[in-house]
Amino acid sequence: MSTPKAPIEPMEGLCFRTRGLTKTYGKGAAEVQALRGVDLELPDGELVVVLGASGSGKSTFLNIIGGLDKATSGEVFFRGRDIGHASRQELTQYRRRNVGFVFQFYNLMPSLTAWENVALVTEIADNPLTPDAALEMVGLKERQSHFPAQMSGGEQQRVAIARAIAKQPSVLLCDEPTGALDSATGTRVLEALKTVNDTLNATTLIITHNAGVAAMADRVVIFADGAVREVKINTNPKNPKDITW
Amino acid sequence: MVGGGGLLSWLSVLDRKLWRDLWGMKTQALAIAFVIAGGVSVQLLSTGMLNSLQETRRAYYERYLLADIWAPVVRAPQALLSDIRGLDGVQAAETRIRAGALFDMPGMSEPASGEILSLPDIGLPSVNQLYLTRGRTPEVDRSDEVVVLESFATAHELQIGDTVAATIHGRRARLVIVGIGLSPEHVYTIAPGEIVPDDRLFGVMWMGRQALARAVDQDGAFNEAVVRLSHGASQAAVIAELDLLFEPFGAPGAYGRDEQISDVFVSSEIDQLRTMGNVLPPIFLLVAAFLVNIVISRLIAVQRAGIGLLKAFGYRDDEVGWHYMKLVAVIGLAGLLIGGGLGIWLGREMAIMYTQYYRFPFLVFNADPRTYAIVIAVTAAAILGGAAMAVRRAASLNPADAMTQPPPPDYSKAAGMGITRWHRIDQQTRMILRQIIRWPVRAALTVAGVAASGALLIGTMFFIDSMSVMMDGFFNVSNRYDVSVSFVQPRSRAAYHSIERMPGVLAAEPFRAASARLRHGNLEERAALIGSPPDPQLSRMVDAQYRTVSPPPGGLVLSQDLAIKLDVEAGDMLEIHIAEGRRPVLHVAVSAVTTTLIGSGAQMRIGDLNALLGEGDVVSGAYLIVDPDQVDTLYNALKSVPLVAGTGLQALAAQNLDDLMQQNLGTAIWIYTGFAGLIALGVIYNSVRISFAERQRELASLRVLGFTVADVSYILLGEVAFLTLLALPVGAAAGTGMAWYLAQAMSSELFRLPFVISLSTFGLAGALLIGITIGSSLLVRHQIQRLDMVAVLKTGE
Ligand SMILES: Nc1ncnc2c1ncn2[C@@H]1O[C@H](COP(=O)(O)OP(=O)(O)O)[C@@H](O)[C@H]1O
Ligand SMILES: [Mg+2]
Repeated sequence: MSTPKAPIEPMEGLCFRTRGLTKTYGKGAAEVQALRGVDLELPDGELVVVLGASGSGKSTFLNIIGGLDKATSGEVFFRGRDIGHASRQELTQYRRRNVGFVFQFYNLMPSLTAWENVALVTEIADNPLTPDAALEMVGLKERQSHFPAQMSGGEQQRVAIARAIAKQPSVLLCDEPTGALDSATGTRVLEALKTVNDTLNATTLIITHNAGVAAMADRVVIFADGAVREVKINTNPKNPKDITW
Repeated sequence: MVGGGGLLSWLSVLDRKLWRDLWGMKTQALAIAFVIAGGVSVQLLSTGMLNSLQETRRAYYERYLLADIWAPVVRAPQALLSDIRGLDGVQAAETRIRAGALFDMPGMSEPASGEILSLPDIGLPSVNQLYLTRGRTPEVDRSDEVVVLESFATAHELQIGDTVAATIHGRRARLVIVGIGLSPEHVYTIAPGEIVPDDRLFGVMWMGRQALARAVDQDGAFNEAVVRLSHGASQAAVIAELDLLFEPFGAPGAYGRDEQISDVFVSSEIDQLRTMGNVLPPIFLLVAAFLVNIVISRLIAVQRAGIGLLKAFGYRDDEVGWHYMKLVAVIGLAGLLIGGGLGIWLGREMAIMYTQYYRFPFLVFNADPRTYAIVIAVTAAAILGGAAMAVRRAASLNPADAMTQPPPPDYSKAAGMGITRWHRIDQQTRMILRQIIRWPVRAALTVAGVAASGALLIGTMFFIDSMSVMMDGFFNVSNRYDVSVSFVQPRSRAAYHSIERMPGVLAAEPFRAASARLRHGNLEERAALIGSPPDPQLSRMVDAQYRTVSPPPGGLVLSQDLAIKLDVEAGDMLEIHIAEGRRPVLHVAVSAVTTTLIGSGAQMRIGDLNALLGEGDVVSGAYLIVDPDQVDTLYNALKSVPLVAGTGLQALAAQNLDDLMQQNLGTAIWIYTGFAGLIALGVIYNSVRISFAERQRELASLRVLGFTVADVSYILLGEVAFLTLLALPVGAAAGTGMAWYLAQAMSSELFRLPFVISLSTFGLAGALLIGITIGSSLLVRHQIQRLDMVAVLKTGE
């Protein structure tokens, strides 16, 4: 990262580390405590599944570690660098270089083809895959010249994944990536994420409502009431194909 | 927005929604309201001013019995009056004496010229009455009493009882002012041959008939008849009868109001107002209709789901439609109110400005109820028309469809895979191009709107270019003299040489002028035939390239306007009926046709003209170049020469014209530039805003992907910048067309606007549009900066 201001903490092999992270939305009577002190350490390269009831703060947490939003208090470190106190411009650079996002809504550019949607990112990245390679990885090479309107939801989501990984990000953050998909399509998407995690060794966080997905994770983080209630280590992650939804 | 309850509470909820919607788009709504206001105010201003001028003129002419026909004559016996009154179609007639005069005004070195008109010794004239603002008319037995035209009196601070030294017909006289007044003949007062009025330099006075007759040797005679026509009478027929009747007495030809200088100016102003009222409001209203359409379409697209819900709750199509129409109506009403206020204010200011040049007893800006009704109807038609298409789509939405999420817009068909093959361009540029190609109509209308603004700017600034070319041509090329001197009657060369030798005269050039009727086939025009030296230097006719066109021996050079009216070309023969002296009829070949921007002209060699007229080697006056250090001496010398009937001072004329332009044109140009800016701002700002609203999600996604604010701005503003750049040549072309049209429409008997647009006009118009684009972009860029990525991405539109 370009702008380390705070002293670098010794966190050998750690991708993210948070301490007492809180987030409060609104003021006065409308105040909502989305995060109430999250302490978490996530090692590099793992596939992490995040579970928790709706409203428990999963998305808020993901957005903060992804540099989309800022915490109200507490510390966030990415590979030893303080991103909790970074400026907006520094966060933009952080996202551009290190983070790939996948959301429930695919957010593709409707005016660009699959290939062009991926090229959008590779053109501004430092060390990108080619758009063809990225599409290949999610199994969509043959659909590269289709527009979003010509593709199914699952295909659009896989283009979104290809776009997220094309820059070879250090972290891949997925907020309910299968939320809008049926289970067969969802499985294809999870397989794509698994492949990416294996091939690129990007630390991958997947928020999901589906507890079954936890079986493919190296680590499972369970949120409740704005805090981490439990972290489970999975020594024998399953292949997405073998997961029951 | 869903709440329980009956229809009534629903309606109020809907109305609350309407206000919230309006508040949410307040800047856009205001931008549209201002464009509407532009159209409303120009329409109100031009129509209202037009009505006021026309109505005031009609009432004034009617009440003070303005003549329909003026019939000048050299000298005709008073007994002819009964013959005139006996003519078919003549309702009333008067004879009178009209004489040129010089006035020696205290405190002014320049000689003032003017004319003196006779008033009947007893009673009021039955034609051309005076509107006395102060004092009385001259007594029969007082030969020195005069009424003075108010503008001249004001310019010299003359009061009742003051005296004025005048030279009438070569004789000095002291005149006593007994009255000050206005006349329907002198609504616009300008010295003959001048192009701008100067209240100080040209005066009009009225004297008793006998007194003036004695002063100019017209006892028992008259030199002008003025006639009012009876209802339905033919002007042409009466003019023909008068010409026949006056034939033996030396008549240059009778003419109607269409050639009466004051009314020609008033009419030309009225025509210009009409042109302005025809050209400008449609531009504004079309742009307003377009803006309403895109803004309401966008609002409806955003509120799709809400509309579906309303319908699911049992709202009828027309109720939903009416809801949006109400919103449009509020914007329209705001536009009407702003535009109405602005129009009335501008109208009042304009009326005040007019009264400086057009002297009516009163002139108030007064738009009648019909004008308001028309303005409201036209505005309503335009904006409701613009909204109707969008609203019909909302009203006919199927509730089930409306509530499902719309699929991503399909670019696969319209987007032209051609762009895919351009590998050089980056994806952001590709997005811009695809967006434009996907919605070509909107892009075209945006281009059209910006181009309209550019056209309006160019069409407005064209006047400055055109007028400066006209002035340059008139003062620096055609008429290069400083002072013109005209004699009471044609004089011998000796008189000319006496002028030539006056102090301060550096160069002089004689001229001979004779009033004439030019005939070609059955076409006839009155004109002053001018005789010049073979190679004139100070007063010349020039072609479009400013090259001097001097008449060859025996030939005649004609200005283009006369050539067109007479349907002649170089080489054709003209029949010339001289209206003076022995009144010979000449046949002369037209040797060349020239462009004459101000006034018109027919010129031949002074030797030829004198030979044809057979009055010997005489001159009518002289053009002079004057030593600037000795002007006052020359002016004083000229004032005391009895043979001088009038003087024209070019430097003052140029100064006056310049002032006039600065003042009137300057104001008008600021106003129209403001309006053009409003249109551009309305179109560009709304385009950017709507693009922003539609693409918020895309822009937020790009920000998430790590694109900077600048990157994202490029996609959004690049589109507008691209469209503005496209609009520049279109606007330049449209502005050129508009300038061409205005050059035709605004040209009159009095002057012809040359069709010239300077590069700096194009440059300035372009710079203004680009400036407005940048300004609008900055307004929206601030919103890109505040774009909440998380909030946008959380929702599925
Ligand atoms: N922009 C916001 N404004 C106000 N409250 C918010 C906002 N975003 C999230 N919240 C609230 O914060 C809490 C946590 O939300 P979120 O992180 O989205 O939960 P999850 O993703 O686990 O469902 C919820 O109560 C939610 O309503
Ligand atoms: Mg969530």
